Amino acid sequence: MVSSARRFGQYPPMHDVLILGPQFRAPNLREALGRAGIDGPVAAVTAGWQEREGELDALQQHLGQPVRDLRLYERAEAVFAQDGELHAAYRTRQNELRRMQDFYRLRLCHAKAAVRELQQAQDGSAVARQALRSALGALRRLDAGHLRELRAVHARFERAWSAEKHTLLAQQRLDIERVIASAGAVCIAGGHVAVLLNRLRLFGLGRALRTRPLVAWSAGAMAVAERVVLFHDHPPQGAGNAELFEAGLGLVPRAVFLPHAASRLALGDPGRVGLLARRLAPDIGYTLDDGDELRWHRGRLAAARGSCRLARSGTTVPAGDVA
Amino acid sequence: MSARTPVRDAILDSETAALAGTTRSPIVDPGGVTFVYHGSADAVNLRCWIHGLPASQPFERVGDADLWVLRVELPESSRIEYKFEVVRDGREEWILDPLNPLQAVDPFGANSVAQGQGYQRPEWTLADPAARPGTLDGIALRSAALDDDRHVTVYVPARFRRSRRYPLLVVHDGLDYLRYASLQGVLDNLIHRLEIPPMIVALTQSPDRLTEYAGHDGHARFVAEELPAQLEHAFPLHPSPAARGIMGASFGGVASLHAAWRHPGAFGRLVLQSGSFAFSDIGHHRRTVTFDPVARFVNEFRRRPGRPAERMYLSCGIYESLIYENRSLVPLLRHHGIEVRYEEVRDGHNWENWRDRLQSALTWLFPGPLWMVYE
Repeated sequence: MVSSARRFGQYPPMHDVLILGPQFRAPNLREALGRAGIDGPVAAVTAGWQEREGELDALQQHLGQPVRDLRLYERAEAVFAQDGELHAAYRTRQNELRRMQDFYRLRLCHAKAAVRELQQAQDGSAVARQALRSALGALRRLDAGHLRELRAVHARFERAWSAEKHTLLAQQRLDIERVIASAGAVCIAGGHVAVLLNRLRLFGLGRALRTRPLVAWSAGAMAVAERVVLFHDHPPQGAGNAELFEAGLGLVPRAVFLPHAASRLALGDPGRVGLLARRLAPDIGYTLDDGDELRWHRGRLAAARGSCRLARSGTTVPAGDVA
Repeated sequence: MSARTPVRDAILDSETAALAGTTRSPIVDPGGVTFVYHGSADAVNLRCWIHGLPASQPFERVGDADLWVLRVELPESSRIEYKFEVVRDGREEWILDPLNPLQAVDPFGANSVAQGQGYQRPEWTLADPAARPGTLDGIALRSAALDDDRHVTVYVPARFRRSRRYPLLVVHDGLDYLRYASLQGVLDNLIHRLEIPPMIVALTQSPDRLTEYAGHDGHARFVAEELPAQLEHAFPLHPSPAARGIMGASFGGVASLHAAWRHPGAFGRLVLQSGSFAFSDIGHHRRTVTFDPVARFVNEFRRRPGRPAERMYLSCGIYESLIYENRSLVPLLRHHGIEVRYEEVRDGHNWENWRDRLQSALTWLFPGPLWMVYE
């Protein structure tokens, strides 16, 4: 899959990107920055923490230096409070996205059920194999179509409400870009992935984030990929269907990040792992658990510690191994 | 009965020796459990409360030894609470099973617990060191409806922020839920696991529950109007009925349904565990006089249920005498457009049964941001 950003060639070349596992239990951010030779002041995006945005004590203590929070959540609240028209348009878009997601889920439920039933019906015959291939193709087309529609909604909204055209957004964006420009690295923390992604998008940060080394973990990692996929194989309620949720910022190509995979995914179930890997292909699903670290350099995976990629065979293999 | 043969005698001797040597009771097998009691007695009886079985079942003495055994059929994943009744010199004494370390406590004391094959205490009911603990606060309020002062314990979730709005759950017998159903730990765990949102939980405890929980209008006004109004002053609460729940077990279930029915719109979410929903289609109900006001309310409710909540979670143990009343309620509720999730389990009328259902109830009524948050 080719990201829209690269396709149109409108963005500067990407700096190194570090993708890490969750940081709240066993942080490895400082070590990862050291290994990548990244130093200098750190700017952080913690909008995914919502009301807790900017509570940086643990992060600063871990890094041993002050961290400047870009305060995207707070800035968005301020912009919405001042610009009722923008806020109304934003809500309308969110409602539209919610409805689209509901309808997609309905279709996904049936498409996944078909694949599961056909997996069980495999009897070694060519007919059964072909039926399964077709069902899987339908599932992949459903995901791809949903992604196209999501991108179209965002493109429409950005045409109407881009930071370039609206003073309030433009002022905030300039201020954010100044902070980013003075930072040695920008960290994007986890949290609520939709809240985080919406704020990053609202201030049009896809471009600015390319200009500095970037470190992202958990929901932050999900947001910088081309696709955001929500997943949970054993939720207390519901079917546990992994779902394509959003178009990400596309800063890391050909990857889908799966934080907390050890607890959220049935990694020992080859049927589920294999199906998810096939749905994501040609992108690769990478598990992100405590201590994991992946480094992208010039758009390619350059180093890996701990993370695994989901294989179409239904197994997981160390992310650093050649596919 | 099989004829005694040297071979059969040898088998019986070896079984007896094994039973005599056991240090653990009951002995669990795929179809049931065997209770074992060592000690001198004239008779030993199993006392347990399984609807459909006798309340007292006699043990058999093995040979001439002070060894007593009783095998009881117990389907997979069952859980029952029991005591031994030991009869000596014409005196009866109820005791805990001396060979069983598993006990359940409730407001009346403790019972021994037999777990059928396959039963496992859910891991989310156990303390999780990673879960940030909420705190217990307290508020005192004057209730005009009850003409009384009441103290209500309030669970406040970890990382509470005044800037966000929280769902409210009112829990009847709330302190009992804390003591006997691990409610605080369960809330901590489910919130930590993002399975439910952080919520404010008001834990009420009535000084006269058999009266106040039995279809009492004053109590309904207290929990549906006075208490939420007071809590709204103290905490940022979401006003939508979908973010308001009320819950209770046994008579607490009756009080929950009654409050929601008398105050439609006050609560959009109900948890009714083993509700004591006595009713009579004709004639008088079969229970004690304590149930008279309950039956009056439930009969009235069955005539005109309305829509006291959008979603209700009901559960009942199949070993409870209340199984019939609870089952009967489900089609009625569904017929009136209420979304109902109903679960039956192989358990009795006890707090551990209610504890084990909390995840199912709360995650359905108050789904958390599990799919959206990756910290």
